[in-house]
Order: sequence, then C-alpha cells, then structure tokens
Amino acid sequence: MMALSLVPTASWYLVLSAVLFGIGTLGVLVRRNPLVMFMCIELMLNAVNLSFVALARELGDINGQTIVFFVMVVAAAEVVVGLGIIVSIMRNRSTLTADDLAGLKG
Amino acid sequence: MLNLLWLIPLLPLAGALLNIAAGRKLGDPRSGWLATSATLISFLTTVLAYFELLGRQAEKRSHVETLFSWLPVGSLQVDFALLADPLSITMSLFVTGVSTLIHLYAIGYMHGDAKFSKFFIYLNLFVFSMLMLVLGENLLVTFLGWEGVGACSYLLISFWHTRNSAAVAGKKAFVTNRIGDFGVMIAMFLAFSHVGSLSYGAINEAAHAGELAAVSATAIALLLFVGACGKSAQLPLYFWLPDAMEGPTPVSALIHAATMVTSGVFLLTRINPVLHVSYAWVSTTVAVVGAATALFAATIAVSQNDIKRVLAYSTVSQLGLMFLAIGSGAYVAAIFHMVTHAFFKALLFLGSGSVIHGMHHEQDMRKMGALRKVMPITGFTFIIGWLAIAGVPPFAGFWSKDEILLYVFAKSPVLYVVGIVTALLTAYYMTRQVIMVFYGKARWRDHGDEHGAHGDFTPHESPRVMLMPLVVLSVLSVVGGAMQLPFSKDLHFLEHWLAPVVEESEAHIGKTWAYQNKYLLLLLAVAVATAGIVLALAVYAKAKLKVVEPKVLEQAWHYDGAVARVVAGPGAATFNLIAWFDANIVDGIVNGVGQVVRSVAGSLRKAQSGFVRVYALLISIGAVVILGWLLLRGVVL
Amino acid sequence: MNDLSNFFGPAVDWLAISPLLSLLAGALTLLLVGSLTGQWPWRLYAHLTALSAVIAIAISIRLWGDVGTNGARLLIGGALALDQFALFAAIAICLAIALVSYLTSDYLNREGVDLPEIYALYLTAGIGALVMIASNDLVVLFLGLETLGLSLYLLAASNRRQVSSQEAGLKYFILGGFASAFFLYGVALVYGVTGSTRLINLNAALTSYIPVPRNDAVLLIGIGMILIGFAFKVSLVPFQAWTPDVYQGAPTPTTAFVASVGKIAALVALVRVFVVAFPSRSDDWGTIVFVLSALTLVVGSVVAVVQTNVKRMLAYSSISHAGFILVGLEAASHRASANVDDGLVGVAVYVVLYAAMVVGTFGVVTVVTSDQANSDASGSASLDSFKGLAKSQPLLGLAMTVLLLAQAGMPLTSGFVAKFGVIQAAVAVGSYELAVIAMVCAVIAAFVYLRIMVSMWLADPSDSTTVKVPPLSRISIAVAVAVTLVTGFLPSLILDLGSNLAELASK
Repeated sequence: MMALSLVPTASWYLVLSAVLFGIGTLGVLVRRNPLVMFMCIELMLNAVNLSFVALARELGDINGQTIVFFVMVVAAAEVVVGLGIIVSIMRNRSTLTADDLAGLKG
Repeated sequence: MLNLLWLIPLLPLAGALLNIAAGRKLGDPRSGWLATSATLISFLTTVLAYFELLGRQAEKRSHVETLFSWLPVGSLQVDFALLADPLSITMSLFVTGVSTLIHLYAIGYMHGDAKFSKFFIYLNLFVFSMLMLVLGENLLVTFLGWEGVGACSYLLISFWHTRNSAAVAGKKAFVTNRIGDFGVMIAMFLAFSHVGSLSYGAINEAAHAGELAAVSATAIALLLFVGACGKSAQLPLYFWLPDAMEGPTPVSALIHAATMVTSGVFLLTRINPVLHVSYAWVSTTVAVVGAATALFAATIAVSQNDIKRVLAYSTVSQLGLMFLAIGSGAYVAAIFHMVTHAFFKALLFLGSGSVIHGMHHEQDMRKMGALRKVMPITGFTFIIGWLAIAGVPPFAGFWSKDEILLYVFAKSPVLYVVGIVTALLTAYYMTRQVIMVFYGKARWRDHGDEHGAHGDFTPHESPRVMLMPLVVLSVLSVVGGAMQLPFSKDLHFLEHWLAPVVEESEAHIGKTWAYQNKYLLLLLAVAVATAGIVLALAVYAKAKLKVVEPKVLEQAWHYDGAVARVVAGPGAATFNLIAWFDANIVDGIVNGVGQVVRSVAGSLRKAQSGFVRVYALLISIGAVVILGWLLLRGVVL
Repeated sequence: MNDLSNFFGPAVDWLAISPLLSLLAGALTLLLVGSLTGQWPWRLYAHLTALSAVIAIAISIRLWGDVGTNGARLLIGGALALDQFALFAAIAICLAIALVSYLTSDYLNREGVDLPEIYALYLTAGIGALVMIASNDLVVLFLGLETLGLSLYLLAASNRRQVSSQEAGLKYFILGGFASAFFLYGVALVYGVTGSTRLINLNAALTSYIPVPRNDAVLLIGIGMILIGFAFKVSLVPFQAWTPDVYQGAPTPTTAFVASVGKIAALVALVRVFVVAFPSRSDDWGTIVFVLSALTLVVGSVVAVVQTNVKRMLAYSSISHAGFILVGLEAASHRASANVDDGLVGVAVYVVLYAAMVVGTFGVVTVVTSDQANSDASGSASLDSFKGLAKSQPLLGLAMTVLLLAQAGMPLTSGFVAKFGVIQAAVAVGSYELAVIAMVCAVIAAFVYLRIMVSMWLADPSDSTTVKVPPLSRISIAVAVAVTLVTGFLPSLILDLGSNLAELASK
C-alpha cells in the first residue's frame, strides 16, 4: 500500500524544536509579566533539549542525550534564582509587569 | 659623558618630584628656586653633551643611549632609548636654556600666588616631557613626551581655572591636540607596519636606502604633519593657541611661544628623509599650509587689542613661516628661525608679562601707553624684541627670516610674495603694539580708578628677578643671528653643525636665481621691514613723529591719507571680518563637532528606554541580522 | 553488574584543578559554617574569601611554571584545558575576587548587613569563571556560563532595600537567560553538524568536512548563535542594553565584580572557542566580529559622553573597552597572516590589565558614594559627587586620576600598554580600518574621563561631603593602582610573561 509516509524523521523534531524556540523568543518579546517571560525562556531551553535528543538519536551518539540532563539542572537552578528575585520584588508591591521596572534608563 | 644623557630629562623630573614631596614646606620663593636650579643643571649637562658631540667628527655625531627594553609586543620591539645628535642637542640646548630663564622669571611673576609650588611642579614636568620629546630615539618615546607636553599645557592653561574662560580654553587645547595626536599614532603604526620598527634610525635609514615606498612615505609624512599642525597651531588647527593665553604669562612664553609649539617643526625635521622620499606635493602642501597660516594669523594680529593675543597670533604666524621653510626644503633655516624666535618671542612674552604685572593685570593695550618712562628696562628690552621680530638688521630675526625667504623664493616666487607680505604685516603690527604700549599718551591715567580704590595709580617696574631674564634674552635676540650669517660659507655655523641630520634632504639652491641675487633679496627684506614700521608709525604715532624725525614725517604725510583710508575703511573691515570668522565660524565648528556627538548620543539613548522587552527586541534584531547574513553566505555557497 | 565494574571515569589531575577546588572550599565553608554560626568578627568573611582566592593564585602560579616546562595539556578527558592563556586569566579573576571582597566588606559593614552569602556568591561566580576560561567543551562552557551568570544575577539584586538593585537583577536575569538560550541552541546546531561538542574535535571535524549547502547554513547559524550568546555576556552593541542599567542599579562593589570577573571570563572563553574550534570558518565570523567591534567602539564612547551618572558613564566606557578587546579577536581571525598570535596576546593582556583598572575605579566610586550626601535616591553617584575630590581627599583623587588616565590609554599607564597591544595586532595583520576606528573612539572616550577628572580637580568640594576611605578598601584601591602604574612603567614585566600565551592546549 502506498504508505502515507508520515513516519516522523529527525527533521520533524528539529523543525518542531525550532518552532518552539521561536514561540519562546516571541513570548519574551511580547509578554509583560515577568513570570510568563521567564516561562518563555524555559520553553526556549526545552526546545533546545528536544533538538539535542533528536540529533543524538540521528547521530547515534549518547552524548547528546546526557547534555539534556545538564541543561535540565541548569534550568532548575534558573527557576530558583528567577523566582527568588521575582518574589523579593513582589514583597514591595502587589502587581508587577516588567514595564513597571524602568527606572534605570538613558 | 653621553652615556649620562638620561640625566638631562631626569633632572627636571627630580625637581618636580622634590617639589611634590616638599613644595608646600619650601614655600614661596624657595620651591621656585629648587625648580630653577634643576633646569639650570639640566642646561649645564646639555652644554657638556654639546661639547662632547662637537669634539667628534661630523659623521660620528650620533649616540643612542638605550635605557631598557620598553614594549616587546608581539613582533614589535621598542626600546626606551635616547638619541644625542646635532638636532636633538640643539633643541635641548635652547629648551633647557630658555626654560631656565623663564623659571627664574616666574619666581617673580608668580610671587604671592596661592598655588606657587604647584606651578613649578607643572613647569618642571613640562620641561621633562619636552626633553623626552626631543631626545627620544623612536616615535614612541617622542610620543610619550608629546602627550606629556600636551597634558602639562592643558594643566597650565587652566591653572587659574576659577576663571571660566581658562577652563574652556584648556578644554579646547586638549581636544585639538588629541586630533593631532591621532595623526601621530596612525603614522606610528604605519611606520611600524612598513619598516618594522619605530626607531628614527631605522625609519630614516629605510627611507634613505629606498626601502620605503613613496606612497607609504607620503602617508607617514602627511599624518605626522597632521600631528604637527595640532601641536604647532597651523591652519586649520590653530585656534587653541590664542585662547591658551588664559594661562599665566610665563607659561605662554615657555610653552606657547618658545618650546612646545615648535615640536611640530622639530618632528618634521627629525623625519626629513621620509619627507624627502614622499611625493613632491607633500612638501608643497606643508609649504602652502605654512604660508597660508603665516599670512592669515598676521592679518588677525593687526586688529587685536589684548597685548598677549597680538603675540599669540604673531606666534602662529611665525610658526607658519617655519613650516613654509620646511616645505621649501630649508630645514636649517627652519631650525635657525625656531631658535631665534624662541629668544625674541620669549623676550616679548616675558616683557608683556612684566607690563601686565606692572599694570596690575591689565591686558588691554588701549589702556596703556607711555610705559617706557615708568618701566624703562622692560621698555628697552621689549623694543629689542620688536626690532628682532620686525626683521631689522642686525637683530637675530632678520637673519633667520631672510634665510627662509631665500629658500622660499627658490621654491616658488608666489609663496615668496606671501612671505614678504607677512613680514610687512609683522613689522606693522609689532610697531603698532610698541607704540600703543610704550609710547603715546599715558592712557592708564584715565583708567586708574579701575585698578583699585587708590586714585593715583602708577604702573611700576618689575622686580629684578623678572628683569634679569629679559636682559639675557635681549642680548640673545641681538646676537642670535651670528649662528648663521649669509656672507660666507664659513659663517654657516648652524648648517655645518646640523649637516649630518639634514644634509640629504636640504634643498640645493646654489645655482638658482635667488641665491645668486641673495643680497638683492636681503635689501628687499630690509625695505619691507622698514616700510611696515613706517606705515605703523604713520598711522599710530604721527603726532610723535613731528618732534623726532621731521624728514620721515614728510613722506608719512603722503602715506597718511591713503593708508589711513585703507586701514580705517576696507582694511579694518577685512581684518575685523577675519577676526569675526575666527571667533564665530571656527569656534562654531569646534563646538559643532561636540554638538553632533551629543545629538547622536541623545538619539542612541532613546533606545535605552528602560523596558526589558525593548532590550530583548534589540537582541533579537541583532540576532536576525547576524543570522540572516550567515544564512545568506551558507546558502549562496 | 559486570558493566558497572568495568566503568572508569576519566583520569583527574587534582593539582591542575585545585584553583577551582580552593574557591569551592571557600564557598562551602562560608555557606555551611556561616549558616550554623552567628556573625563572624574581624571581617572574617572577607578574609576567608580573599584567602581562598590567594591560594588559587598561588596554585595557578605553580601551574604556570609547570605548563612552561611540560607544555599545555587537556584535563579530565578533554573537558578542560590547562594552558597559560587560561592561567593568566585565572590569576586576574582570583585577584579581582580578593580585591572586590575587601571593597564589599567595607560596603556591607556600612550598610550593617555583613553576611556570608554575598561572599559565597563571589566564590561560586569565580568557579563558573574559572570553568569558562579553561573549558574545552561547549557544554562545560555552558555550565560555567550559567554558574557565573546565576551568581551575578543574584549579586546584582542583592541590595533588597533598593528598588534599582532589584530592577537591575531582574533585567539582568531575564535578558541573561534569553541570551543563554541562544547560546545553547547554537551548541545544539553545531553538535548536529559535527557530532561533537569538544573544541578540538570540532576543529578536526570542520577542517576535514566537505561543505554541503544545507548543512553549511545550519553550521553557520550555530556559530552565529554561539557568538550572539557571547556578545550578550561581553556586552557588544546591539546586545549591550542591559549593561548600563545593571552597572548603575547593582551595589557598586558588585558592579566592580561584574565588570571585571564577568568580562574576563566571557572574553577569554569567546576567544578560545572561536580560535580553537572555528578557525576554519574565520572568514565568516571575522567579518561579524569586525562589525560588532566597530559598532561597540562607536556607540560605547559616544553615548558615554552625555551621561551624568558616573556609574553609567563607566558602564558605557566598559562597553567601549569590550570593543577594543574585540579588535584583538578580529586580528586573530586573520589566519593567513604570520602575526595572527599577536591578537591573542593582545586580548589576554588587555583583559587582565582592564580588570585591575576597573576594580580600582569602581572601588573609588564605592568609597565616594558611601557618603549619603553623595548618592542620589538610587544609591549611585552623580558626577557632582566627585566635585573637588582631589582637594578633600588628595590621595583618593590621585588614585582615581591614575585609573582614569589608564582607562583613557595615556602612556605610562597600563591602559596604554593594553590598547597599544591590540591596535598593534590589528595593524600587524592589516586591519587598518578597525585600528583607525579604535583610535578615534579612544579620543572620544578620553573626553569622558576628562570630565570626571575636571570635576575632581577643578571644582570646589561642597562642604557637606565627608568622604572617608576605610582600611580594606584602601588596600584594594592601592593594589589596583599599583598594578596599573607598575605595568605602565615596566610593561615588559607583563609582556614577557605573555610570550607563550598564544599556545592553546590541544592535546
């Protein structure tokens, strides 16, 4: 049968990863809430993780998959630091958008 | 002895350091004496070095003293080395000599100033930097001195910084000099990339041996000329010098007349083989810029009323003459004029300082007059300086100016005419100054009340410590011409002495019409100087002439109508226009550059809005541009 | 079970990584012991921090001799490199940690919050920096980058009383994370094309690799994204926007830390990656570096002219310094030239000398702003607070003058040696355009430093200012000035050291 060749190849994953990365980038640019901006950065990192896994599979190389674990650790550390900073700002005010913090400029 | 060459710059440096450590304790006159003796000993050491060099055969009169390896950067090795040769020793002799006299003078002039010892620290530092500049064996050591004299000049111009104009003038000098420095820096790197060394010996040798292509020699020479224009106040970078007169008068005499401003002339002489092998139009450019500056500044000097500004523009004009000489291949004449100019211009500045001192810091010549009666020694020495700069034989300026004009005629009669007109104007405005200050009506009597509560204001003669340098300098201004007299080859002392340095590049004019008729030119120069003086007398002192020289008066009356019309009518208008141009357009350009930087910066600042998302957008735009470009390269491949 | 018993990790040369271990030990002691005990007396937090940095310096010097005799080599299965290029930067980083910790001690004691966490963060940041400058693997480099980055975000936000500090921290954090993601994506793409993240292997793979159009585009984009990640950390235009805000908002000693340690680490790592891994593509990245360098020089020096806040002014000046350092990297991209190594040496010497200058400069700013009358609401110095400093505190004024002259590149200061080195490198490989742009910008930037100097020397002090220089700050500033002057007068001291700098570890 003319198999509809919808078997995903590595390129599919790479394209998906690029799209996710783009969405993340766009999110950082358009969102005002620091928490959401922060989540978009996490999305970008995870998009890269997807790439690493796909490429490791394609190359038949285990290193690409181990890298993902390092990245996840880094992402977790970023969460700790980022939330720490955001919470410490939120202590002084009830609502916060990134645009409220524009005292330093010029 | 020559291996103690480093003592020459070290002594003023030691003087400065001692004054930094103990200047305040030493107090008013003593810290000044310390600085003066440091310079004096340096001068004596230079004299010893001179005799040592003189004792050698002409071709062996060059000694390199390497102190240590300074900058071993990658493929480049630069030593911290000093060079003693006829050129550098000549420069050192008059730099240390004139400095000693000016230091001495400053002890009297600065007496009672709150920052007395600080002033001498700066002065000594300046002498140190200037000596590094002239004694340096490579472009980098010279550049070090070059920056040093610039910094000291800046500090000394704004010495009385409580005056706002002084602070502004200091800034102007700083910025202009940076433009020049920039030329020197690029020249330095060009020399390095084409010769592989920064040492004068290597660069000049390469030029001499034909290893330096004409095009690179041209670039190096032009860039160094840009630097020279900045330091030596040539068009279009001249405008800082008149403003630099905000500094104390000894500073004007030392830095802005005798030494620092001549360093451009020195630098071009130092690399004369490079200038020689570059395209011919480079020399012509130097000559034209020099001639244009000489004429331009002389016309401005005619309509100035500030005693120091007249001298400042006159300095610019005389420096123009030196560049004109260099452009005409007359290196010996340029150095000759540099030395005699140092004598008489230092004399004039110190004399004007003495006047200002006696007049309680009044600088407007319209409020002076008849001062020779109350300040006889100042007046007498100033008149000698006037005769020297006006080109009256047998004073020093006459011989050196004549020598330059001789070479210029051989180069181009047109430039010669410019030179002769400059000489005429010089004689004219200097005579005007002498009359306004020392002769005529004692106008200060009308302005006495401006100088303090006591109504009977009388200017006074300056103390002896200030008069001594004036006397020494006036003697030098009289006899300085003996260095190089035109009458016989045997009397060309300076030429023989400098021959090892400039021989190859010096223009040969022996067979030209100008040389064969040099006495005719000499006479013409005398005539022109006389004409300038007479003209000024006619305009400014005709009342006096009736008594003193009735014969001249006859002719003067003839002139009077015509001259007065020209000078008062279109002449004055022209001069005023040039002065206006100087004050508005030139300054406007300087300020305009600053304005452009400011407005560009202002619009760039708008991007820095404080919003994180804008910053992220900037990053993204940058990323898109970079990645787009790379993608294009990747795909096109 | 059998499989596990056969597992051996890579051989670890413990001595070679002990500078890292020394900093780690310091950080852990501060955190563990510090949290279990009360406030330590006699400024012990700062002394312990400085001690671990000094030990790291001592070991690095010992290793320097070792590398000199045995040559450069790779460590831990090729993850880290041991060569003089890295050690040179490591010594500078540790010196900066020691000096900044003393500045911080005075600062925190004045604020009354001398706690161990800040010092521990300095040390962890230092660990990240040491990993970055030595890493021979893009993933290891990423870990170092993040260790350094996360510590710096926290440090920038560490003054919880001031909104500006919080704002600086958040901006730095969001943009830093954003740029890190770019970097990481670049690593993934390069890994995809070459199958490796080791710098040495990358070079080998790329030299033997026959370009296929589509793959080549992916590779170039990967290299570009790595460059973008670095460009952010190094603050090159247009990735520089965070720099002035963070420099101004962060507590001043932290600013000194960001400007010195952060800069050195990112620049040295940038140079190593591009010179070791991508020399075969130097035509492509060389052009981008050229443009970035020129832009950075111009924008940095021009915008600095119109600033009125000294910390902001110095931030823009540090941007223009980064442009200068990049001139050296651009020179190193001319692989065909015989003098290509001059660029590497120029960069190494520049970052080290710059670190000393900038720590000293911000040290003086810290001291001056410690007087409440001198700091505005956001706790940073306006130009006015420097008025008459030379009169009220002549020594401090003199020190600041020396440091500013050095930043302007005046001869007889270390700044001249640094600038001369990179411009000479550019000329030696024929990049005249960049050399000229750099020199013009040096002239413009000189005006910025002049403004501060004029304010210090020519204006009269206001009566209310009582600037005092605390003893530890005095040590820091004195050391920074000494380095600046000694290397300025005798540059051969540091340049002779640099003769083997260009030999990067590859085995």
